[in-house]
Amino acid sequence: MSTPPVSTPKIRIRGLHKAFGSKIVLDGVDLDVETGTSMVIIGGSGSGKSVLLRCILGLIEPDAGTIEIDGENLLTASRSRQDALRRQIGMLFQNAALFDSMSVGENVAFGIRAKHSDRNGPPPSRAQALQMAGDLLKQVGLDPSVGDLSPSELSGGMQKRVGLARAIAGNPNIMFFDEPTTGLDPIMGAVIDGLIVDCVQKLGSTAIAITHDMASAQRIGNRAAMLYHGRLIWQGEASELMHSGNAMVDQFTHGRREGPITMELRK
Amino acid sequence: MNAVLDPIAALGRAALGLIKQAGALALFALEALSHLVRPPFYWRIFFSSLIETGFFSLPVVALTALFSGAVIALQSYVGFGQYHVQSAIAGIVVLAVTRELGPVLAGLMVAGRVGAAMSAQIGTMRVTDQIDALTTLSTNPMKYLVTPRLLAGTLALPCLVLVADILGVMGGFTVSVAKLGFSPSTYITATLDSLKTMDVVVGLVKAAVFGFLIALLGCYNGYNSRGGAEGVGSATTAAVVGASILLLLFDYLLTDLFFSQ
Repeated sequence: MSTPPVSTPKIRIRGLHKAFGSKIVLDGVDLDVETGTSMVIIGGSGSGKSVLLRCILGLIEPDAGTIEIDGENLLTASRSRQDALRRQIGMLFQNAALFDSMSVGENVAFGIRAKHSDRNGPPPSRAQALQMAGDLLKQVGLDPSVGDLSPSELSGGMQKRVGLARAIAGNPNIMFFDEPTTGLDPIMGAVIDGLIVDCVQKLGSTAIAITHDMASAQRIGNRAAMLYHGRLIWQGEASELMHSGNAMVDQFTHGRREGPITMELRK
Repeated sequence: MNAVLDPIAALGRAALGLIKQAGALALFALEALSHLVRPPFYWRIFFSSLIETGFFSLPVVALTALFSGAVIALQSYVGFGQYHVQSAIAGIVVLAVTRELGPVLAGLMVAGRVGAAMSAQIGTMRVTDQIDALTTLSTNPMKYLVTPRLLAGTLALPCLVLVADILGVMGGFTVSVAKLGFSPSTYITATLDSLKTMDVVVGLVKAAVFGFLIALLGCYNGYNSRGGAEGVGSATTAAVVGASILLLLFDYLLTDLFFSQ
């Protein structure tokens, strides 16, 4: 009797632990994200969502556990291999994190040049990258003339679009979104979500988004998971988020004061 | 019992903290320097830092040097008058400016102006996730932000000090000739007789060390800043205070090294 072939998840996390001093932030997280999936991770403030993303990105070193991309353990790989694996990741930060010493166009052009792989020939010149940046700005619904402005001259929604343009500059096959709709009005939030879905589909990427916004979670994700006190307490289809059958998830998604999750004002 | 031990324990903790900070600073410097020999090198950041440190600091350094030279000439004239050795003023001005005042005053001015700016800029990038964004864009933040600034600081300050040396001597010359009645040719001859190449070279070596320290403290404090606007403010203060103290400490050590014989 032959065993069916098991596909390797794009991202596989096993037993991930991270503590800051005595505060345990990630407490043995296991997570698989299949290729082409958009995984939404929900959870309260301080539940470990951002730390999880930062561990995968290499911005924080976990205390224990494994993080695999395409079956390759990121944490034990050589530095150059880690760089190569992470080169395929694009990230949209919560506040867009645009470089304020550069114009909008230069921000996107920086992403194009920085994410360029030598395997694809010599990197584009600054002028070429700026021209390509105009095309990317168009792709996220901005006029290329915006490229001459400084990031501080843009609204929050426009900054998020520029951040998205910079994140997709290297045609990443993995994309991370850190609370993409925070601080935006509901209409702009829906617009950004639409752009995210378009970009992920167009690039055929695997995505992980963390959010508090349930409408956004359902628009972006096809899979969902909830972190609570550093542990994944639920995983399922994003469409099941509002009626998961899990008391904690239901309390969180419906925003109920009463339930198994208690607010700890100080811990 | 505690009244005796507590202050000693506090002193010990402070000493350990200082050693830890010094170690972290040294490791930070070593990592930044290691990127000098590992491509790519970000020339645009280097040149913009060079212009910011060297060119835009020129007015404040020039004015400081000019007036310092003038003040030394005036003070020396009053003091030396008691011993009838006013003729030594030219030598005193040129040695004081090239050996000490040029490098130290230029260093302190640049620490206040450029060290603070570096710390604030990198600190703001830290607290607004821009440094993390660099990492996610496959760009090493140390290589991109710190290494070019360290090199720029090390090269820019000697150039500034060279200008400060010339203007400091000019300040002393102007006051001595216009106000104190010295003959221009006598003053210039006395200046050249007193000046040795070693004086200028040691001043420039000091300047290079000071430039490195100012950039290092600015980058280190900015890079490690935490906690929003308040954290950036604290980092900026620490950068200026730390650079000023280290600058004076290294001034003593270098003076002892070169001139104690």
